[in-house]
Amino acid sequence: MHEIDYESPTSLADAVAILQKNRESVRCLAGGTDLIDHLRTGRIDARQIVDVKKLPELQILEAGPEGLRLGAAVCCRSVCAHAAIQQDYTALADSGAIIGGIQIQNRASLGGNLCNSGPAADSIPSMVALSGICVIAGPDGLREVPVEKFCVAPGKNVLKPGELLVEIRFPKPAAHSGSHYRRFIPRNEMDIAVVGVAAAVTLSADGSQFVAGRISLGAVGPTPLLAEEASTKLIGKPVNDDAIAAAAAAARELAAPISDMRGTADYRKHLTEVLTRRVLSAAVTRARGGKVDHRPGW
Amino acid sequence: MAKKRIVSTTINGDVTEFLCEPRQTLLEVLRDTLHLTGTKEGCGNGNCGSCTISMNGRPVTSCLVLAVEAEGADLRTIEGVARGSALDEVQQAFLEEAALQCGICTPGFIMQTEALLAENPDPTEEEVRFYLAGNLCRCTGYDKIVRAVLSAARKRRMTAEAAK
Ligand SMILES: Cc1cc2nc3c(=O)[nH]c(=O)nc-3n(C[C@H](O)[C@H](O)[C@H](O)COP(=O)(O)OP(=O)(O)OC[C@H]3O[C@@H](n4cnc5c(N)ncnc54)[C@H](O)[C@@H]3O)c2cc1C
Ligand code: FES
Ligand code: FES
Repeated sequence: MHEIDYESPTSLADAVAILQKNRESVRCLAGGTDLIDHLRTGRIDARQIVDVKKLPELQILEAGPEGLRLGAAVCCRSVCAHAAIQQDYTALADSGAIIGGIQIQNRASLGGNLCNSGPAADSIPSMVALSGICVIAGPDGLREVPVEKFCVAPGKNVLKPGELLVEIRFPKPAAHSGSHYRRFIPRNEMDIAVVGVAAAVTLSADGSQFVAGRISLGAVGPTPLLAEEASTKLIGKPVNDDAIAAAAAAARELAAPISDMRGTADYRKHLTEVLTRRVLSAAVTRARGGKVDHRPGW
Repeated sequence: MAKKRIVSTTINGDVTEFLCEPRQTLLEVLRDTLHLTGTKEGCGNGNCGSCTISMNGRPVTSCLVLAVEAEGADLRTIEGVARGSALDEVQQAFLEEAALQCGICTPGFIMQTEALLAENPDPTEEEVRFYLAGNLCRCTGYDKIVRAVLSAARKRRMTAEAAK
């Protein structure tokens, strides 16, 4: 690895100042599970590294009536172990449990997954489906960007030089809501999604009708995608196979994948439809208070 | 050259200070500076798990940790697993079940197994396979490793029962 300088500030103001001072050649370090390899292979050529794990704002993990505050540096394992996340923001736990193996999950953060901005990143569709809002700090203070607007191209996002991601906020889901994330990979674990789909739904009190829904797709375009036209297909519809199939067919149309070694574009479109159907069914089960016995890879 | 840093840690129970450059990984420093060569480098990019150590009670791949990040950390490596000259149950089970051939993956598997059994003393085979998914072995075909882990878990539970 080339030479770097390392700082681990303990206040957000100090972090922003270091980022500002080294604008051209600086990177934040959260879990390092993307960054350290990128530095070693020369894919990223930063000279100043700012370890953000000692910033209290980035380690916040709080759920209350206002919703969930998820610090950008909180590691996947802590996300998965959090009772309120398991209960109300389940798709985040689904994602956290399949990013790498246990060793990676002990380091990797959802904030890092988002800032790395990969098209197949496993936590971004879940954050989109759950209506996450990014809180970004910079020299001019804080600003907010919805997660679905955060990534702009593979590896690129809306962060400007001198800015960092502080936390992701999620509104508390209404009663009778449920969410799920699932990806397709050819093995059981430790692989990159061929397609990933997240959905969050809210049902009527008797569980018979879709009141709201948000579907998000990963690995079928240059950035994770909010499948708006597919999501709106659900609203007001009775919960049945037809409504779910119509939304899944719409998701397939929205998918604009490339062909690569993981699969052809056609294959990915097919997977999008199948996964959307399964993910919606699982989200419905959870919204009705049921358990989803989905084990990644099975 | 970037200034060298002094980093204070506890390694296998001993307070240990070392000097390192910010660009050095913890794996590099463990092996090359501290001569704790039990921790192995396979891939160097987080995929194989052979460099697994425990950092503040959690297993991590030390090739993806900067040594400077270890300031104040409590580290445990394969060198700290045996009790004096006696192997612990996990090490013993790997030997008895022939769960290694070339052995380069073994320290990582043992560290990961120690973490699993600390969290879950009675894992199912499926739980073992899932927890060890971040560790690769190109010799054994995994079956003997899984058997060794289950056998170590059994032995440890029996010892705990007997101590009651
Ligand atoms: C073996 C292995 C398996 C993996 N498996 C998966 C997988 O299954 N699915 C998946 O999606 N990913 C996977 N990854 C990739 C990686 O682990 C994830 O993307 C992870 O979530 C990154 O988080 P991190 O905290 O380690 O980020 P880091 O590596 O610390 O940072 C990632 C990028 O984001 C920037 N950054 C981090 N935090 C901030 C911040 N607060 N503000 C601004 N910029 C920031 C960094 O500068 C860097 O460019 C895997 C990686 C490895 C090594
Ligand atoms: S050497 Fe660290 S995971 Fe392979
Ligand atoms: S024993 Fe050779 S890699 Fe596992």
